[in-house]
Amino acid sequence: MSEQTGLLKSSLSKKYLMAISGLFLILFLTQHFIINLLSVFSAEAFNNTSHFMGTNPLIQFVIQPILIFGVVFHFVMGFLLEKQNRAARPQKYAFSNPSANSTWMSRYMILSGAVIFWFLALHFYDFWFPEINTKFIQGDMSGLSIDGNFRYHEELIHKFTNPIRVSIYILAFIFLSLHLLHGFQSAFQSLGARHPKYTPCIKNLGTLYAVAIPLGFAIIAIYHFFSH
Amino acid sequence: MKLLLKIWRQKNANTQGKLVEYVVDHVSPDMSFLEMLDVLNENLVDKNEEPIAFDHDCREGICGMCSLYINGRAHGPQTGVTTCQLHMRSFKDGDTIYIEPWKANGFPVIRDLVVDRSAFDRIIQAGGYVSVNTGAAQDANCIPVSKQDADKAFSAATCIGCGACVATCKNASAMLFVSAKVSQLALLPQGKIEAKDRVLNMVKQMDTEGFGNCTNTGACEIECPKGISLENIARMNREYLVATLSSEK
Ligand code: SF4
Ligand code: FES
Repeated sequence: MSEQTGLLKSSLSKKYLMAISGLFLILFLTQHFIINLLSVFSAEAFNNTSHFMGTNPLIQFVIQPILIFGVVFHFVMGFLLEKQNRAARPQKYAFSNPSANSTWMSRYMILSGAVIFWFLALHFYDFWFPEINTKFIQGDMSGLSIDGNFRYHEELIHKFTNPIRVSIYILAFIFLSLHLLHGFQSAFQSLGARHPKYTPCIKNLGTLYAVAIPLGFAIIAIYHFFSH
Repeated sequence: MKLLLKIWRQKNANTQGKLVEYVVDHVSPDMSFLEMLDVLNENLVDKNEEPIAFDHDCREGICGMCSLYINGRAHGPQTGVTTCQLHMRSFKDGDTIYIEPWKANGFPVIRDLVVDRSAFDRIIQAGGYVSVNTGAAQDANCIPVSKQDADKAFSAATCIGCGACVATCKNASAMLFVSAKVSQLALLPQGKIEAKDRVLNMVKQMDTEGFGNCTNTGACEIECPKGISLENIARMNREYLVATLSSEK
């Protein structure tokens, strides 16, 4: 069993776990984006989907805990790795020129990650905690507001009337984009998925994803801000 | 050329080092970087001062002994060369040049610019070999190797163990070196037999030596004087994944 414990401790296993949790979060982000997009085109579709996502027991009690675990794991592991990596160079160089050989994004994953972390705290405060409060503390699973309509779209619009909140969200999306610009393709390399035929494609897809998805999120936020 | 050098001086592993300024004059652009340091050292000896300790051996880019973090980059501003292959024509008259040793937990400073790279030797000892039975060697043609694999194995084998990859990595990770050593054997039939144990043992030793974790910045590939590709790191990641899941140890 000696190597078995090494399985989770070794530097490579940590890479795999960072990559797998990262790819999982990318999948989640895609799903989140699609639902957000609905809010632009049809309040009804957005309401129905939100109600389904918020009340379906499989999603609430199986997928949601896995997702929260994935998020927490990716953050905690990211910080632990950063700590170890800093310890691997106890004495810093007096003069260093890292931009000569690597991108800003690849070197500052911890910074973009930390910004996303604080954004998530705000995001949970905005949407997740009130949702949990209404559903599980007050026990109102109906998803209806006082006027008898679904409340989800209305709540969303309400949040995006505040210019400060919208600005913070947009700033966070910029950092999300920087994080993904490196993270998407890096996850594949970590898992050893590198091939002369497919890697260029994965890299392009990663860049496209890293730009398009955060930009899309930002546009949706701006749209709601101006249209109401 | 006249240059201002800011050189890291450190008595031994246990003392604190610092940058010390030196001026060196009459430097020819045709000198190699190490020859320029030789000139400086001769001046220091003439003045009864302690010369600067730095590593070197072949001075033709094949042994991997020379090191030096020059103006913030491993082996200086050029890519694809070692410090002994770097010439003073890469600098201008009046330049200030920072010269530091490799800095990494796995490479403790011995003196001035000399670091202890024996961690690499221990990683090789952990698995960088193939076991060969004694007796008459069989005909080499009995072991088919594709040209493509032979070329890739050869490219990986050009790693000279200089440690620039570790020095330049923001995490002081030794992945490029270890992956080159894993790959050069894993690609060939002779190395396949011990492939699983090799990658497990070498990675374990790498972690024990206190190198950091790879975050795929790609800096190592750019600074490696031998152009060792990140493809090797991906191969090692694959090898380790399979080995760690399937090995009985
Ligand atoms: S991989 Fe390149 S930089 Fe690293 S030790 Fe080998 S030759 Fe030097
Ligand atoms: S002295 Fe041998 S590689 Fe530079």
